[in-house]
Amino acid sequence: MAQSFFGGIHPNDKKAATNKKPIEKLPPPARVVIPMSMHIGAPCQPCVAVGDMVTVGQRVGEPVAFVSAPVHASVSGKVVAVEPRIHFSGVPVMSVVIENDFNNTICPDIHPPVEKPGEITPEQLVEIVKNAGIVGMGGATFPTHVKISSGLGKVDTVIINASECEPYITSDHRFLLEYPEEVIGGATILARAFGVDRVHIGVEANKQNAAELLRLKIEEAKAPVVVDVLHTRYPQGAEKQLCQSITGRQVPPGALPAAIGCAVFNTVTTAAIYRAVYTGMPVTHRVVTVSGSGVNEPKNLECPIGTPICELLDACGGVKKNTFKILMGGPMMGHSQYDMDAPIGKGTNAILAFCEDEERTVEHPACIRCGKCMSVCPMKLQPVFMYQYERAGMLQELEEAHVMDCMECGACTYICPGRLHLVQTFRAGKQKINNAKAAAKAAAEAAAKAAEAKKEA
Amino acid sequence: MDYKELNLIGSSSPHIRTKDGTAHIMAEVLIALVPALAFSVYNFGWYVLTVTLVSMAGCCVFEWLYRTLMKKNNTVGDCSAAVTGALIAFVCPPNIPLWMILIGDFFAIVIVKQLFGGIGKNFLNPALAARAFMLSWASAMSTWVVPGSKLPLLGTVDVVTSATPMSYLHANNLAGLTEVYDLQDMLIGFIGGSLGEVSALLLTIGGVWLIFRKIITWYIPVSYIGTVAVLTFLFPRGNDPMTWMLYNVLGGGLVLGAFFMATDYVTSPVSHKGQVIFGIGCGLITVFIRYFGSYSEGVCYAILVMNLTVWIIDKHTRPSRFGVVKAPKEPKEPKEKKEAGAK
Ligand code: SF4
Ligand code: SF4
Repeated sequence: MAQSFFGGIHPNDKKAATNKKPIEKLPPPARVVIPMSMHIGAPCQPCVAVGDMVTVGQRVGEPVAFVSAPVHASVSGKVVAVEPRIHFSGVPVMSVVIENDFNNTICPDIHPPVEKPGEITPEQLVEIVKNAGIVGMGGATFPTHVKISSGLGKVDTVIINASECEPYITSDHRFLLEYPEEVIGGATILARAFGVDRVHIGVEANKQNAAELLRLKIEEAKAPVVVDVLHTRYPQGAEKQLCQSITGRQVPPGALPAAIGCAVFNTVTTAAIYRAVYTGMPVTHRVVTVSGSGVNEPKNLECPIGTPICELLDACGGVKKNTFKILMGGPMMGHSQYDMDAPIGKGTNAILAFCEDEERTVEHPACIRCGKCMSVCPMKLQPVFMYQYERAGMLQELEEAHVMDCMECGACTYICPGRLHLVQTFRAGKQKINNAKAAAKAAAEAAAKAAEAKKEA
Repeated sequence: MDYKELNLIGSSSPHIRTKDGTAHIMAEVLIALVPALAFSVYNFGWYVLTVTLVSMAGCCVFEWLYRTLMKKNNTVGDCSAAVTGALIAFVCPPNIPLWMILIGDFFAIVIVKQLFGGIGKNFLNPALAARAFMLSWASAMSTWVVPGSKLPLLGTVDVVTSATPMSYLHANNLAGLTEVYDLQDMLIGFIGGSLGEVSALLLTIGGVWLIFRKIITWYIPVSYIGTVAVLTFLFPRGNDPMTWMLYNVLGGGLVLGAFFMATDYVTSPVSHKGQVIFGIGCGLITVFIRYFGSYSEGVCYAILVMNLTVWIIDKHTRPSRFGVVKAPKEPKEPKEKKEAGAK
């Protein structure tokens, strides 16, 4: 076993519902809604118009900034709308709506980008990854080409994140079992690009079968990859925690893993890199776990990006009548969804429906100072005091307690016997601090301007 | 399927929580007290059961009354009042009159706990504060029935009283004590003393259960008992440090205090480092009172005094920040050497 990170919790992983179910292809949806923003960074500009015929893999959204990623059509057919549509973030986002012609015509421009994929240069890799629209597909959705190019020359440890520490989700697990060669192939490409002799794949101990399969395939391919079996503990898959588990190094506050020579790539992201380099195919599909107490028939589904959530739920026999919550992402960090027309994005790893109360909210939360929140916090914060500061409006104290280091993993809220809304409060607190800073900055600027104006006068 | 008909609620993550809430934790504490209570029933008679149940009920009723009268939400369900009630009973003499313990309950729940805002807000341990308050009935609070008295379920009859091990120790009479109670009696609990404190063995079992169930951590009990053990061993009264130390550790409610009182979440530090400091502090004060105080039992006051320092301990035992690793020392040394050389 590798080393481990601070704190952490052991929620029931609930993965048994889907971890033995092979990935199924979703029946092609009649329409897909492809949002121009499925990544961290600037949204894309649509580059097709209503009435255009598009093919699978054709670019429909052009990035306008470096930190961004192009968007591609996931089905072939006719563009029927280019307008803001409901998005999983809850607000409408500019989207390209494509009516499926069910021909699945692949874009003629797609071909292997280089002749000898085994010998590509790092610069070529960045370009290929950028063109393929690859982003962190574990949910963070940070553009991968930015991560590669900013890490070149600094990184000495490349880590593939296959820990999948959130309960219920099994999309990465199934992917590893069914496409291990692609993940290993992607890892090999990354090893070359960063000039490291081996890449670490971090797998949680609850996926032993995947770890064994990977080891076997690595042996066969003589790939420069090692499998690290990690403790099954949330949030093992958080970037900073994974780096800590594998290298023992800690990312300094406010910095990225590159600061300690690490680069972390998700399993599916790694496979996407492999596909892009060997076939030129951009990100058009992904595997989504549909599970939770409210789902009639939990499944792992492969679907085109932009498929409305309702299509996935339908493919799983619908949801139970008393379902009261539907999430995109895992139960620890996922987001509530209200509109089932919202589309699947590049970073969507799960759709969960709940009809049983697992949240256990109480009307009058009360802290009993048990200290459990502190012992589980992977960032070594003191949620118990941060909560008091936020409540009392003591923003300075809150900031001095390093609330900005909080990665909102929710471990503290999970464990709190007093049922306090800890991380929820910290989100609000961070917002207030940022607002106060922005206001102070604006005031200072205004003052400076006024002073200047006086001088001139 | 039409998803528009679903009554969907939204909330921010996380969307799952552990089953173990406050009530669960308190229930575990009550379970951990059962073996020691069972032994006390055997040792002193059925009356101790009456006292314990009346005290638990009393605390719950006072809590309910106060919250209702003050138009606050009802918190009896979190079971913390029940735990306080049981612990008050545990630190009172076995033959305490029921009215007296009810006054103690009132003091603990209303004055110590609720007036400061209820669960989580008090800074003194309610059970110990109540005991300190009840000592104003000096005679009732210091009549100790002999072990083996069969107090009937309802009420106290004429009882034969005895001295507690602590009074022997306080009088520096180790020889006298070893004559009355041998070490085995001390361990199992065939001794005089307060209702729940006598069986060091069963209390330890209860405490270890709590540690095992992750309700409490080992930091306070181990540092507390360890400090008392080391100090009494190093500075024995008499010429048998080992025996002196063992009697000191097993007697005087130290085990009850270390596992069940000092570990009270609300009135102990939240960080592990802080808990060790708190435990050592409790140990120092306990031994100090036992050696130099006019009063023979140190545990109660030691914990109460340390309760008052918790906020200071908390302030000075913040965990180091993630990602801020202390600079390695090696590069500094050559520099210093260079400076020294330059001079
Ligand atoms: S876990 Fe909850 S009850 Fe315990 S100290 Fe933290 S905030 Fe308070
Ligand atoms: S949500 Fe923030 S404070 Fe809570 S455990 Fe995670 S990092 Fe720590």
